[in-house]
Amino acid sequence: MSSSSAFNDEKGGSSSVGEPEYGHDPASGGIFSSDYKRHDDLKEMLDSNKDSLKLEAMKRIVAMVARGKNASDLFPAVVKNVACKNIEVKKLVYVYLVRYAEEQQDLALLSISTFQRGLKDPNQLIRASALRVLSSIRVTIIVPIMMLAIKEAASDMSPYVRKTAAHAIPKLYSLDPEQKDQLIEVIEKLLADKTTLVAGSVVMAFEEVCPERIELIHKNYRKLCNLLIDVEEWGQVVIINMLTRYARTQFLNPNINESLLEEGGEKEFYASDDDEDDEEKKAEAAALAKRKPYVMDPDHRLLLRNTKPLLQSRNAAVVMAVAQLYFHLAPKAEVGVIAKALVRLLRSHSEVQYVVLQNVATMTIKRRGMFEPHLKSFYIRSTDPTQIKILKLEVLTNLASETNISTILREFQTYIKSMDKDFVAATIEAIGRCATNIGEVRDTCLNGLVQLLSNRDELVVAESVVVIKKLLQMQPEQHSEIIKHMAKLIDNIQVPMARASILWLIGEYCEHVPKIAPDVLRKMAKTFTNEEDIVKLQILNLAAKLYLTNSKQTKLLTQYVLNLAKYDQNYDIRDRARFIRQLIVPTDKSGALSKYAKKLFLALKPAPVLESPFKDRDHFQLGSLSHLLNTKAGGYQELPEWPDSAPDPSVRNVEVKDSVPEWSKCTSRKERKEKKVEKPFYSDSEGESGPTESADSESDSGSRSESDSEQTGSGSESEESVEESQSEEEEDEEEEKMKKKKKVDKSQPKKSESAESDQSSGEEQKKERKGVKQRRSGSESESEEESESESSESESGSEEDSESDTDTRKKKKTPASKPTAKDTKKESKKETKEISLLDLDDFAPTSSPQVTPVNNFLSSSLASDLEGLSLTDTVLAPTTIAPSASVRMYELLHRITGEGLGVEYCFNRQAFSPDPHMVAVQIHFTNNTSCETKNLHIEEPKLQSGMRIKEFPEIDMLPAGESVSVVMGIDFCDSTQAANFQLCTHTRKFFVSIQPPVGELMTPIFLTENEFKKEQGQLMGMNEISDKLTLGEKCQNDHSIIERVNATANLGRVPCGSDKDCRFAGKTVSSGSLVLVTVARKEGGGAQLTVNCEKMVIGTMLMKDILHALMQ
Amino acid sequence: MIHSLFLINNAGDIFLEKHWKSVISRSVCDYFFEAQEKAMEPDNVPPVIRTPHHYLINIYRDKIFFVSVIQTEVPPLFVIEFLHRVAEMFQDYFGDCSEVAIKDNVVIVYELLEEMLDNGFPLATESNILKELIKPPTILRSMVNSITGSSNVGETLPTGQLSTVPWRRAGVKYTNNEAYFDVVEEIDAILDKSGTTVFAEIQGVIDACVKLSGMPDLTLSFMNPRLLDDVSFHPCVRFKRWESERVLSFIPPDGNFRLMSYHVNAQNLVAIPVYVRQNISFFESGSSGRLDITLGPKQTMGKTVECVVVTVHMPKVVLNANLTATQGNYTYDPVTKILVWDIGKLNQQKLPNLKGSLSLQSGAPKPEENPSLNIDLKIQQLAISGLKVNRLDMYGEKYKPFKGVKYVTKAGNHGHFVVTNWKLHNILASPFYV
Repeated sequence: MSSSSAFNDEKGGSSSVGEPEYGHDPASGGIFSSDYKRHDDLKEMLDSNKDSLKLEAMKRIVAMVARGKNASDLFPAVVKNVACKNIEVKKLVYVYLVRYAEEQQDLALLSISTFQRGLKDPNQLIRASALRVLSSIRVTIIVPIMMLAIKEAASDMSPYVRKTAAHAIPKLYSLDPEQKDQLIEVIEKLLADKTTLVAGSVVMAFEEVCPERIELIHKNYRKLCNLLIDVEEWGQVVIINMLTRYARTQFLNPNINESLLEEGGEKEFYASDDDEDDEEKKAEAAALAKRKPYVMDPDHRLLLRNTKPLLQSRNAAVVMAVAQLYFHLAPKAEVGVIAKALVRLLRSHSEVQYVVLQNVATMTIKRRGMFEPHLKSFYIRSTDPTQIKILKLEVLTNLASETNISTILREFQTYIKSMDKDFVAATIEAIGRCATNIGEVRDTCLNGLVQLLSNRDELVVAESVVVIKKLLQMQPEQHSEIIKHMAKLIDNIQVPMARASILWLIGEYCEHVPKIAPDVLRKMAKTFTNEEDIVKLQILNLAAKLYLTNSKQTKLLTQYVLNLAKYDQNYDIRDRARFIRQLIVPTDKSGALSKYAKKLFLALKPAPVLESPFKDRDHFQLGSLSHLLNTKAGGYQELPEWPDSAPDPSVRNVEVKDSVPEWSKCTSRKERKEKKVEKPFYSDSEGESGPTESADSESDSGSRSESDSEQTGSGSESEESVEESQSEEEEDEEEEKMKKKKKVDKSQPKKSESAESDQSSGEEQKKERKGVKQRRSGSESESEEESESESSESESGSEEDSESDTDTRKKKKTPASKPTAKDTKKESKKETKEISLLDLDDFAPTSSPQVTPVNNFLSSSLASDLEGLSLTDTVLAPTTIAPSASVRMYELLHRITGEGLGVEYCFNRQAFSPDPHMVAVQIHFTNNTSCETKNLHIEEPKLQSGMRIKEFPEIDMLPAGESVSVVMGIDFCDSTQAANFQLCTHTRKFFVSIQPPVGELMTPIFLTENEFKKEQGQLMGMNEISDKLTLGEKCQNDHSIIERVNATANLGRVPCGSDKDCRFAGKTVSSGSLVLVTVARKEGGGAQLTVNCEKMVIGTMLMKDILHALMQ
Repeated sequence: MIHSLFLINNAGDIFLEKHWKSVISRSVCDYFFEAQEKAMEPDNVPPVIRTPHHYLINIYRDKIFFVSVIQTEVPPLFVIEFLHRVAEMFQDYFGDCSEVAIKDNVVIVYELLEEMLDNGFPLATESNILKELIKPPTILRSMVNSITGSSNVGETLPTGQLSTVPWRRAGVKYTNNEAYFDVVEEIDAILDKSGTTVFAEIQGVIDACVKLSGMPDLTLSFMNPRLLDDVSFHPCVRFKRWESERVLSFIPPDGNFRLMSYHVNAQNLVAIPVYVRQNISFFESGSSGRLDITLGPKQTMGKTVECVVVTVHMPKVVLNANLTATQGNYTYDPVTKILVWDIGKLNQQKLPNLKGSLSLQSGAPKPEENPSLNIDLKIQQLAISGLKVNRLDMYGEKYKPFKGVKYVTKAGNHGHFVVTNWKLHNILASPFYV
């Protein structure tokens, strides 16, 4: 078998170095190192034609690698076999390659082409494994190849390949962090994936690459919650941990009201030491709670509901993840459910116990009641390892209360008899802590501890002394007997800490034992030189205190001790002696301080607080490495505090508006289909609510859309041709996809039919919106495809909406007018039981004046919308405010940083009428707070020279929950420099900046083909930039090219005769320089892109953007 | 996540290393050795060790330390659970997870580790998938391989990873379709000197051995599911069905697996099957002591108690024991100070008794503590909680399987028995009067 051969090899290998016959070998003179010789036989085997020999060689090599032996000199011989037919040889070569590629970068490049071929293989598993190995080779030169491969794989048909792509993302990121932005785009796209296979891996990638981009989760939040139960265990852990953080930023603290109640009643009743929250927090929370009663966000509820069953997982990490989620997010009344599951984990391996107990210890401090019923599960077994025992002791101590203290103490007394001395010491300390926490048992404990002082084991005695010392400090008067008893012990106890403690006690309370104290000092003076340092310090202390209280008896003794200390070896003791002498012994030139000597030495000392080392650990996310170590580990993401007011919940409504980059839109449909093919395993119909329900509704809607598509006509041919190249095994998926495509193609005509036939309000609205949409798309040569893909996605939005609680949604008044309008639309649609396939999200509130009065609040919000609009610049016609379909929204001010004021902007590509040299920027304000915002205006623009701003007119008032859009103009001077200014409200100022993509700095112009060619002729040489590119898979036809170029830059299409070329023309807004773009398609998916522009910088940047758009 | 893995034996040799990202020098293990030295016993090595640049998360299993190197924040349980999964996988593949087995199969081990993690993130941890990728070694196969030159790596790529039931491999075929379920329960109890139960609980597991063709969908129901207080499931079990109907509905993995583990909520009503009368005393003078232990059956529901073993951890001063047992054999190890009395079957008529004297170190003070007794025993044909399987139904396939739910069988490869671990703590008069 392989192993024996491996060891033979090793022996052979090492011995051959020193073996004389090799040394005498004439071939090994000079040039050839012994290393070269060493693996000669292996090289021969690898070069042979026989697979079995190769395999044998590879096995031996891998065995060497496994043992940590260096096998790098075999690299060239091994890498040759990367294309070997034998699967096992191939795999072992991969193993070797991944291990050594980093050291032999140049040679590793030889293997790359094999993987690139593998990436195109019809078999999805081969594609995946090729990507896996390719991305594991840590060679910086291939970063672009990896990037390309990942992007391609991210839109692969097979979810398994997409999963592998997600795995590859962190690999590439660690290799070249500069790729972050591009990788985030891929992550964003994969997050939208609806398969369980991908979900865990992509969230892992998200956590490693861009955990701060929490906004990417919004749209996928509900989907992730619903998929969770079907995701594999490891993915579940990562997703749950991430969602915990997400929920902390998005929802309100569910315990606001509880802590308020507690404050009113329970708190006063038990004036105990174990307060749950600190006062300050409570006051704050109370204030909040007074303002509005707490209603849990349905999304918050969804998360709690969908994670709960996972407490039953066999995987300890999953259980712990859910437990920490509940601990951090659930209302207090519900947290209890996790206790049982955590207690169950205590029966697992000792390492698991160790981690779980650490977390339980932290939880018991905050929520003792939760684990009280399970008290006995924390009882210590004699077979437990010491570290487990000590943790259990910690938990027991935390759980101790008036009611159970007797049981716990009884348990503790058995522990004291243990043979494990560390554990005994910990037990005694635990008793001390119980005694301080629970006043009723303080005396009992003290008595018990005093009895322990007669224990034969010195360690027990010493530990008891230390604990007694702490306890006595709380009420010394009553315990002079104990102090006397301890004074006697000084003859026997040798443990320095205990001796020091006794001396300190006697010194501190020398007034209670006036006769004994001087005697103790006398004894100690005798043994002074032999004592440990801490004991010596306490002797000095005792002497000083006695001198101050009883100088008659102890004056000489003290001086004697001080003299001894003066010549001590330890400088701390010498210093202390000098210090004390100056303070207490009155001399002629004694300083001013000596007057205060009494105050200094005999001041009342505060009693020590015996508290758990786990106190306040819960500011670390439980279950994390950082929590375990109680320090921040690298890459740890802070668990944010609850927000004071909930951010806009409508961000989780799935809609297309922004965030999804253009190139991913085409695939989202496909992925939706795949989700359907892969029917969720757990979609049993019997589930009453939660994930099952949603899974059902999802697959229902899937089949619904399928049947719809069957009714409609034929599909688009271009799409089919692409799909024909797919492998057979994905036939199903393909079919689905085609159907979907058909459906989508046909949906528009179908739409208008249904609008005619159906009188429902939702339909009417939709018709209205569609009208707007069509008008616009006509005028702007908007591509059909894009709007369709949007419609399909918005459909999914409505799906998800229907899952959430209708009641609570109705109650909500906060969302901004635009989202509200959308919500209500969806709602009204639901009420009429109308399932629509087309639900265009991007209708402008202004362009739907007649709304059926189904919902009162809809009309009211619309009214306020109009109100808001009336305040805007009168110069602007309402049409300019309507955002166009392809417009991408950018964030100007996040609603968290803006304290509830969210501001987004987009380039609406309209002419800015007050000044034609300015770019129109539409700004959309949303007031998410519960009070109105006043006097919104711009102040102090900080601009690059030449730049100008035409401010929008001040908005006097923006009521709570409303939103408004205005248009401002900026002359960017044809540069992509950001325009910085301050956005002011009546209370605050926010620094914001608008940075235009280069494509927005231009405006389309109309040219004929001849004019175009003429102008192009004049812009040759330096003004022409040209590059070859490979068109992305989804971008093979004119249609999509035009769509993409248009999405990137605000250019007009130039009509042309040849169907191979696409031409676009425009001029820059500020200076009016011509911008000409030509995309010439070639055979085999290649293309030539040419940009002619007087402004070379603009040309170059535009080139880059368009290239990027077309390559996807 | 997991950067590297080192396997270390008790002697401190690193006998296997695997890196999933760039190579980390094995000198990082020095921190582990330091902690190991400090801990004295392998049990006490902290599972998480901090070093200046890395974190070491380790488990100790079958005399091997699995030490993983972590660089950034990761839930520690995630790593610990995974490492145990790796150990279980070795056990599954090679029969045991010993150093020898791993060294003998080092190539397969390496291939397994390669498949289980990708870039440090778990990829395939289901044994059904892995077995499709990499066939477990058998003597027959290794012989055939050496003759024909074929390999252990599956020729076909596994489709399991692509399915919605990743734990089950596709295309399973058996001539005899059988499904066996073993209900195994453990009592965990602490009694005080007087025999009163301080603490008692019952844990149980249902281990399954399912060899069924195709894609069977099974439903297992209990007569008295309310007994089960806390349960955890194999991922194949549908949570929702359990919650609403208290039945286990699942598509089983192929082969052996643990279907569920449970906890029985019986508070102190746990029937303790035996009773103990014991008297261990040490004399102040003469450095000797006396020991007298008698065991008898208590609530056994008419079944025989077997494999009874009593273990006593003696105080350090006990040098030797001179005892006579009416039944079974006893051994005393003067080094570890452990007295083991192997009784075997518990006889109803003649109660087993162990009696005799203990010799103590002369001059040493008499031990103030009485040792605690640990009792292991086994009862067959009985689930002590009274849990009973009602029926097993199969859907999705046409053939008729042979079904067996056995509480009772002599232990074979997968035994059916009830184990009771019973610990007894002695409590002496104490300094506390609460």
